[in-house]
Amino acid sequence: MARLVFFSSGSGNTARFVSALGMSAARIPVSPKDTMPEPDAPYVLVCPTYADGEGRGAVPKQVIRFLNDPLRRGLLRGVIAGGNRNFGATFALAGRVISQKCSVPLLHRFELAGTGNDVAVVRSGLKAFAPFQTAA
Amino acid sequence: MRAAFPAPSEPRAPAPPRTPIRQKVRAVKDTIEQPRAVPRAINWNRLQDEKDLEVWNRLTVNFWLPEKVPLSNDVQSWATLRPEERELTIRVFTGLTLLDTIQNSLGAPAMLADAQTPHEEAVLTNIAFMEAVHARSYSSIFSTLCLTREVDEAFRWSEDNPHLQEKARLILDEYDAGADPLRRRIASVFLESFLFYSGFYLPMYWSSRGKLTNTADLIRLIIRDEAIHGYYIGYKFQRAAERLSEAERQNLKDFAFNLMFDLYGIETRYTGELYDGIGLTGDVKAFLHYNANKALQNLGYEALFPPAACEVNPAIMAALSPDSENHDFFSGSGSSYVIGKTVATEDEDWDF
Ligand SMILES: Cc1cc2nc3c(=O)[nH]c(=O)nc-3n(C[C@H](O)[C@H](O)[C@H](O)COP(=O)(O)O)c2cc1C
Ligand SMILES: [Fe+2]
Ligand SMILES: [Fe+2]
Repeated sequence: MARLVFFSSGSGNTARFVSALGMSAARIPVSPKDTMPEPDAPYVLVCPTYADGEGRGAVPKQVIRFLNDPLRRGLLRGVIAGGNRNFGATFALAGRVISQKCSVPLLHRFELAGTGNDVAVVRSGLKAFAPFQTAA
Repeated sequence: MRAAFPAPSEPRAPAPPRTPIRQKVRAVKDTIEQPRAVPRAINWNRLQDEKDLEVWNRLTVNFWLPEKVPLSNDVQSWATLRPEERELTIRVFTGLTLLDTIQNSLGAPAMLADAQTPHEEAVLTNIAFMEAVHARSYSSIFSTLCLTREVDEAFRWSEDNPHLQEKARLILDEYDAGADPLRRRIASVFLESFLFYSGFYLPMYWSSRGKLTNTADLIRLIIRDEAIHGYYIGYKFQRAAERLSEAERQNLKDFAFNLMFDLYGIETRYTGELYDGIGLTGDVKAFLHYNANKALQNLGYEALFPPAACEVNPAIMAALSPDSENHDFFSGSGSSYVIGKTVATEDEDWDF
């Protein structure tokens, strides 16, 4: 069962990060015409940020559509956000928005496709993450 | 090396002898049979690549001008810098001005010819114009804070600085008309996502010490624009590289890493020359490594420098992204979750 759900656009940074984690993961499609993953167990969402200068539109529309479904949203346990620090105050803002909207913790933020450190922190963090221990 | 700008045009030559009428008729027939290609009018409602519109929208809402930033509030702070710190700052900004000038007049226009979609052309013209705004803003900083004499001296320094000239030449070689379009994109990403950072370090450093904070606000606007430029050109590079054979892709990757090594060598010398005096060279180098890795990631490549070489001073990281405080659960020591501070969550697409 996929423990991670992620979105990644054509630039593929988040997809590269998730594949470096080496965990099973389901992808939210870029096109609204394709079918959404339907998780049936608790999962963590990995999501990049696409905000404008005012912070609007930080969460990609397809991720919002995915989370609008109460069943999918009910299984969300945490969020990991991608971005780029060069965006200043809106760095990885999607993580803060999702954390707040869905009342789940912001577990980690990383830049672009992440570093070796990010991979290590997220792997060990997820291994010890309580909501996953009880679920599986 | 070719001249960056064509020489002013020669005085007009005398009118050529008139063409016989029969020849003229033939010429007209030829144009009718082989009409000159006219570009198709751009239709933004028919996209070949959604990314073009997404990036266009972000770039246009992010538009800014230096007049928007109250630079004059830095006058007092400027006076607290020691003379050598002021000289360093002006020099760093003339170096940045050169890179933005190159992107404005040569880099972005050179990539127009390689555009795959009409919308990509439109995005590139927006990028080209913003480069002119960037180059122009350093002069706004100068006219607000510095003496004309100091600034003239720094521009002379930049024209004579061998490292600055050498890195510009390596990039310009790839911008030449006959050069490979994919190599050109690699060079552009390296300029925008790597070469700027030896310079951007300094205003981030001053702002981390509460100095020149308005100037830092302006530089952050430039950094944000550059992030989108590097992202977009790197994305277009990846799309185009997908269509190549495995062997061609490998060649390009070798080229990219070699160019990165060459530029890195120049950057370390440039960094030493600028920052040895205030003892920051080591710190700037970590910042260079960190940014080199990000530039490579924009092209879809893996990092070159190991994490241990990229440990940037946390104060510089905080200066890059102020107000994005860290409560990340996995790196915190506590066991309780902190739900993020209130942020703008409105978006008509949410339905809860
Ligand atoms: C138009 C645009 C806007 C962006 N805005 C932000 C932002 O506000 N904050 C941030 O941290 N990153 C921002 N980014 C950077 C992306 O989040 C980053 O490149 C990410 O790795 C993209 O993930 P993907 O390649 O998986 O789609 C933006 C990128 C683009 C192209
Ligand atoms: Fe620029
Ligand atoms: Fe740029």
